[in-house]
Amino acid sequence: MISKLIVLAVIVLGVVLVAQLMKLHELSSKLGGKSEAEISDRHNKMNANLMIVFILALFAGFIWLMVRFGWTGRGMAASVHGHELDWLYNLNFIIVLAIFFLTHIVLFYFAFKYVRKDGVKAQFFAHSNKLEMIWTVVPAVVLAVIIILGLQTWNNVTAEAAPESIRVELFSKQFDWTARYAGEDNTLGKFDYKLTTDDNELGLITTNTLDSAIHHMDNGTSGIKALEEKLNDHTLALSPTDRDKMMTDLDRKGRLIRLLHQMKGRHDAKVDAYAWDDIIQKDTLYLCVGKEYEMNFRSKDVIHSAYFPDFRVQMNTVPGLTTRFKFTPDITTKDFRKTKNNPDFHFVLMCNKICGGAHYKMKMTVVVLEENEYNDWLESREFETFKDKYFASK
Amino acid sequence: MAAIATEAHGHIDSHDHHEESFVSKYIFSQDHKMIGKQFLMTAVFMGVVAMILSVLFRIQLAWPGEGSDFVSFFLGDEWAPGGVMKEDMYLGLVTIHGTIMVFFLLTGGLSGTFSNLLIPFQIGARDMASGFLNMLSYWFFFISSILMLASMFVETGPAMSGWTVYPPLSALPQAVSGSGMGMTLWLFSMSIFIASSLIGSLNYIVTVLNLRTKGMSMTRLPLTIWAFFITAIIGVLSFPVLLSAALLLMMDRMAGTSFYLSDIIVGGEMLTNHGGSPILYQHLFWFLGHPEVYIVLIPALGLSSEIISTNSRKPIFGYRAMIGSILAIAFLSFIVWAHHMFVTGMNPFLGSVFVFTTLLIAIPSAVKVFNYITTLWRGSIIFTPAMLFTIGLVSAFISGGVTGIILADAALDIMVHDTYFVVAHFHVVMGLSAVFGMYAGVYHWFPRMFGKMMNTTLGYVHFWITIVGAYGVFFPMHFVGLAGAPRRYYDYSVYQDFDADAFEMIMDLNVIITVFAIIAALGQAVFLFNFFYSIFKGPKAPQNPWKSNTLEWTAPVEHMHGNWPGELPTVHRWPYDYSKPGADTDFIPQTVPLADGEEEH
Repeated sequence: MISKLIVLAVIVLGVVLVAQLMKLHELSSKLGGKSEAEISDRHNKMNANLMIVFILALFAGFIWLMVRFGWTGRGMAASVHGHELDWLYNLNFIIVLAIFFLTHIVLFYFAFKYVRKDGVKAQFFAHSNKLEMIWTVVPAVVLAVIIILGLQTWNNVTAEAAPESIRVELFSKQFDWTARYAGEDNTLGKFDYKLTTDDNELGLITTNTLDSAIHHMDNGTSGIKALEEKLNDHTLALSPTDRDKMMTDLDRKGRLIRLLHQMKGRHDAKVDAYAWDDIIQKDTLYLCVGKEYEMNFRSKDVIHSAYFPDFRVQMNTVPGLTTRFKFTPDITTKDFRKTKNNPDFHFVLMCNKICGGAHYKMKMTVVVLEENEYNDWLESREFETFKDKYFASK
Repeated sequence: MAAIATEAHGHIDSHDHHEESFVSKYIFSQDHKMIGKQFLMTAVFMGVVAMILSVLFRIQLAWPGEGSDFVSFFLGDEWAPGGVMKEDMYLGLVTIHGTIMVFFLLTGGLSGTFSNLLIPFQIGARDMASGFLNMLSYWFFFISSILMLASMFVETGPAMSGWTVYPPLSALPQAVSGSGMGMTLWLFSMSIFIASSLIGSLNYIVTVLNLRTKGMSMTRLPLTIWAFFITAIIGVLSFPVLLSAALLLMMDRMAGTSFYLSDIIVGGEMLTNHGGSPILYQHLFWFLGHPEVYIVLIPALGLSSEIISTNSRKPIFGYRAMIGSILAIAFLSFIVWAHHMFVTGMNPFLGSVFVFTTLLIAIPSAVKVFNYITTLWRGSIIFTPAMLFTIGLVSAFISGGVTGIILADAALDIMVHDTYFVVAHFHVVMGLSAVFGMYAGVYHWFPRMFGKMMNTTLGYVHFWITIVGAYGVFFPMHFVGLAGAPRRYYDYSVYQDFDADAFEMIMDLNVIITVFAIIAALGQAVFLFNFFYSIFKGPKAPQNPWKSNTLEWTAPVEHMHGNWPGELPTVHRWPYDYSKPGADTDFIPQTVPLADGEEEH
């Protein structure tokens, strides 16, 4: 409390002090007989000089940042398309920095040079078609180059993944990531959010999970039957708000179970196999160097964004929509650590779309392995398919 | 084309025989000058609030987890136990900072203040086409400001989903506490704000088209008026789309519809919403959101065109090209919105189209920059505080514009999307440029608004602190972004787990940024002091302090209803006859008839 009072006192005293200084200043300028509308040559000159001081300081500061943090501050890319993007980046930065430096030099130099001087009148120069043509056409040409190169790269990066590329799903929810590998058949199992239960967090569709979801909805601890029982139990004293809440809940579950029954009616048991061999992986995502991956992104609740800064990959995960991004990691974690000179370095998957309080903690470690190491890892997970896990939990 | 406003308008009679009461003069005023001041005062207040919010979260970013008396002073124990703000509050501060700055300071404050003040003055009209609607526009703005401020004091906190309030986060109170009552207030506030903006804009358009004085053809309009006119048109075309986005969001929140929601399980609850698309919201939002950038920027460019010409004592270079480039920017601003959405999973081909249109905007923008620079060339520059801020504007417009080239390139955007690089970019191009434009406007037209002069020396101090502070904040911020740091992170401790070097770099830069931010914020106190002190104690202003050509300086200094006693001025020339060869003075007001044998520009 005392510190707050001190802060307030300092602010008030500060204002009073400046007010007194202002009065002094005004009295003195009144004595000198000058008005605020007339800028003295001394002031004009001072600002003109400050223009030069400022621009030199700005350039120096900027160059210091570039030296201190390495050109534009990015580390090396770790994926195939990442190198292409970095090349384009550097080109764009050279163009952009050239524009920045040139225009700023001219702007601040003119501001300095053409400050008012006694007896020098401004030149009445209202327009020049030639000049205006030049600075319409030159930017247009430069932009044409930027656009063409940019779109070429964009088309390559966003093209369909090759059929043999490895399919992995990244499932996002507040506030973590879960990966799902497509397994032996390299086809991701189908999913529906309504099938989500404790033993089927990703809502994968198989005959068993369908049945269990229906069962759960009907007979679960807060399933339809339990709710109906509570609502019909006259010995229970429910507050009107609780009752309303339960009625809404019941209504919602009634709609969901109708949809589940419809789904069951349409279900084809052949698709079960796609899901059974999938491997669900938490905490760490393992990738094989030199292999193309097609990442499929899903979200359970709100929009998140899958952001792998070192692979130069970013794609939003949108509830109700699957988004995709393909890339090929081209350096292992081990080798990348050497280039970074940092034995503790890890690739990472971060969330880059505001998604709630713990947004900043939502990440997954990524490890890129040599092919043989990767195969070893896959083998170690051989008996941990969705099927194994699902039935083990029964 | 020029409509002629005649004495038959009647204002002139009315001002003679009724004494205005305090309420009708200062509160429910229908006088454009007073309404302009009301907008300015409200916006300055909102701006100070938003600036304090930014200092609060900058403290968190630079010194995460360290208790601060300053933070606890403003947030209290509820939201900042031990002087360390809670995660949710951090998001709330970021959200409200953005909302206030973009809408309340830079839209309401810039366009609201200066359109109201300058449109009738510079076209030679007695007032706006509808004084009543104009008053309504301000009071809607006022109510929406109150609601927005109130939303910070509700128990569950203010909206916390970023100023863009993307659903589902903003639609689901289960996802973040701010999406409860705080978000409801946000939506109501914004809806009323949009109504205010629409009423204002329609009034500006009608006034510019119909109430120009004799001789004031469209090609004799000062560039300020062109800028306000085009801004108003953009606003009328785009704000209703934001209103529809907000209404659909309200329905999703309150009426159980599924415009933006599909297949969601949140807080353990399986929602039945199916078939909606969060991407739809983004399309609707950015259909306003991108033109909004130009709603903010174009008035600033208009003001600075006027100021740079007056204080270089030279005509603005390429008057018609300046109008043409405003028109081109305005047109293009409507067909670039999806460049905010390159990584949302939108069809990549669609992305390519938006890359193309977005990069085209660089051409008219470049024309404007070169024209500003050429206006300085061989001028006779007088460094009033307004002129300094104008040069600052041109500089920020360039520095922010060039990084836009990188962000507009979809391929490059993949990497820096939603990082601090974007934050730095839009703060420089839209924040700095527009705020510099606003300051330039305040310093330049202060004598016109209040009949007093501001203190020049304090103006200089304010400018140099502000520009040093601003660049000190935003240049390093580009590097934070390029290092890969995502925006809207409460802290960067997560980096310690995988890249300690990057963590160190981000922390170093964050400290630099926060120190400059605090310096810049303190610098604004100089302005606030100068502003309020001068209103009451400043020296009396002469009629035409800057020796300017436009009509507002031909009106008497005293506040009077109807602007000019007697007849309205007649216009004989364009507003940029500065240092015209053959003239005695280095300026010729628009009301001076052409001399014998003199050619009109």
